[in-house]
Amino acid sequence: MLPTLEQIKMRLEAAVRGARVEIIPNDSPSGQRSLLADREHAFAVAKFLRADPELRLDYCSNATGVDWPEMEIPEKIKVKQTVAGVEKEVEQIRKTRRPGFLEVVYHLYAMEKKHGPVILRVRTENRADRVQVPSLTPIWRSCEFQEREIYDLYGITFDGHPDLRRILMWDGFQDHPMRKDYAAPDDYEYEPTPHDEVLERAKRHYSKRGAAGIE
Amino acid sequence: MAAEGELLEVAMGPQHPSTHGVFRMDVVLDGERVVKLKPVFGYLHRNHEKIAESTTYLGSMPYTDRLDYFCSLTNNWAYALAVEKLAGLQVPERAEYIRVITAELTRLQNHCCLIGFLLQDMGALGTPLMYAFREREKILDLFEALTGARMMCNYMRFGGCRVDLPEGWVQEAKQVADEFPRFLDEFERLLRENEILMARTQGIGTLPKELAVNAGVTGPMLRASGVNYDIRKVDRYGIYDRFDLKVPLGDHGDVFDRYMIRVLEMRESVKILQRALNDLPPGPIIDPKAKLRGFRPKPGEAYGRIEAPKGELGFYLISGGSPNPYRYRVRPPSLINLTILEDMCLGQLVADAVIILGSVDIVLGEVDR
Repeated sequence: MLPTLEQIKMRLEAAVRGARVEIIPNDSPSGQRSLLADREHAFAVAKFLRADPELRLDYCSNATGVDWPEMEIPEKIKVKQTVAGVEKEVEQIRKTRRPGFLEVVYHLYAMEKKHGPVILRVRTENRADRVQVPSLTPIWRSCEFQEREIYDLYGITFDGHPDLRRILMWDGFQDHPMRKDYAAPDDYEYEPTPHDEVLERAKRHYSKRGAAGIE
Repeated sequence: MAAEGELLEVAMGPQHPSTHGVFRMDVVLDGERVVKLKPVFGYLHRNHEKIAESTTYLGSMPYTDRLDYFCSLTNNWAYALAVEKLAGLQVPERAEYIRVITAELTRLQNHCCLIGFLLQDMGALGTPLMYAFREREKILDLFEALTGARMMCNYMRFGGCRVDLPEGWVQEAKQVADEFPRFLDEFERLLRENEILMARTQGIGTLPKELAVNAGVTGPMLRASGVNYDIRKVDRYGIYDRFDLKVPLGDHGDVFDRYMIRVLEMRESVKILQRALNDLPPGPIIDPKAKLRGFRPKPGEAYGRIEAPKGELGFYLISGGSPNPYRYRVRPPSLINLTILEDMCLGQLVADAVIILGSVDIVLGEVDR
């Protein structure tokens, strides 16, 4: 049987020195919770998950990226206020800003022991310039194309990947289309004879040509 | 022509009949031997995942048909399964049976077509493929009678199926299932003792067990390498725990094993099909709690996977509580099975690289998404 995530977390923290592992809850009926590992130790954590005799997660089924842009999380809090000499509890909405980051999610199974999934997550520092995470391709070959795809569509850089190139988009392409703030290029050119509105768009398009990945 | 000791670079594809679609292999040849092979994808890329993230959950159901366009019904099932996990829906018994029946029919037609294509790649032009297509046609007729479409079925719904079986369908399906082993016998007699086929497939494109597991290869290809891993048996999703399912395994992991595994799997599928068609219970076909309109699962995430004919087809969904998924990811078996294409082809003849690719069983609609 697969140990619980709490047990795995304890064993991980004992085995990999300095690793900070967090359990991410999941409220949906699927109940698939996941482990969040810190960037510096993610490779060692993954190595442990694969090598541990009780876990033996030898099969990385799915690797994918998720984009979490910066957002404000509203939170209701109760504050004591003195209104006209009487102390009262008043509800206020406090907004906390969560900085944006990109996330890689790995679904791990064990082929021999036939258990799983253990879900491993690794996050980048931000969405702009610090987007490196360690590549797990040296541990699981199945990540090779999937990490290339994440690099292509999300712009996460995998340190230690043997052949990190774009895989689905063409080489000269600039942007990362799966990001939430990606703006699709102006597709005026599908109109064979531009006129009126489309002509206006075509003009605007020509003025900023090259901006959206079109040369 | 290349001189002695010179390497020759060949771009096989994207318009090459052996690549089963718009797919390119950049091959470096030393004489006729492959010394390097890099697969190139993306010609059919339409960012399916992005489209699905901007439409409703149900809205991407017809889109899943277009992933692996040979097996739309298993694609539907994998997606429905993931959403059912996400939203906690229960599928009524009759719908589960219909799902098993349609999935096994899909497996039959996928495998028999694949074998036809594989023989075509080997140079047995026309005839075997036409035999395979004759059988496939019967199954596609069943799909058309049930769903209204031969290939783009769009049949499953979250918590059940779209329509009930039409009158007389079960009888027709039984007939197809009963007659299918005759075709398999005929096909096997034609090919199994064929010396040319043996010589072209045995010992070609060997895939060792450890590499197959590490590279995440799934489906018939993995089992041909001798790893006993069939998700129908491991996860027992749907009602697969009710069927006595034997998992055929290969010894060598070469092209011949991959071919034979598919023949044996078809025989198992026929047995499941006959059992399921006999046991089919009456009842509703969709969970009454399932909402078609205004469907908004609670925030959370789910990963659902099934044993599609090509391997593990998984859907990973993150719900943000809105009518469309925050993250929608397809785990395509065809793409991941191609990871070790180069490893299998190194040192082989270029003509065998074509067969090795054929034995992987890819559909570019799924590889490129």
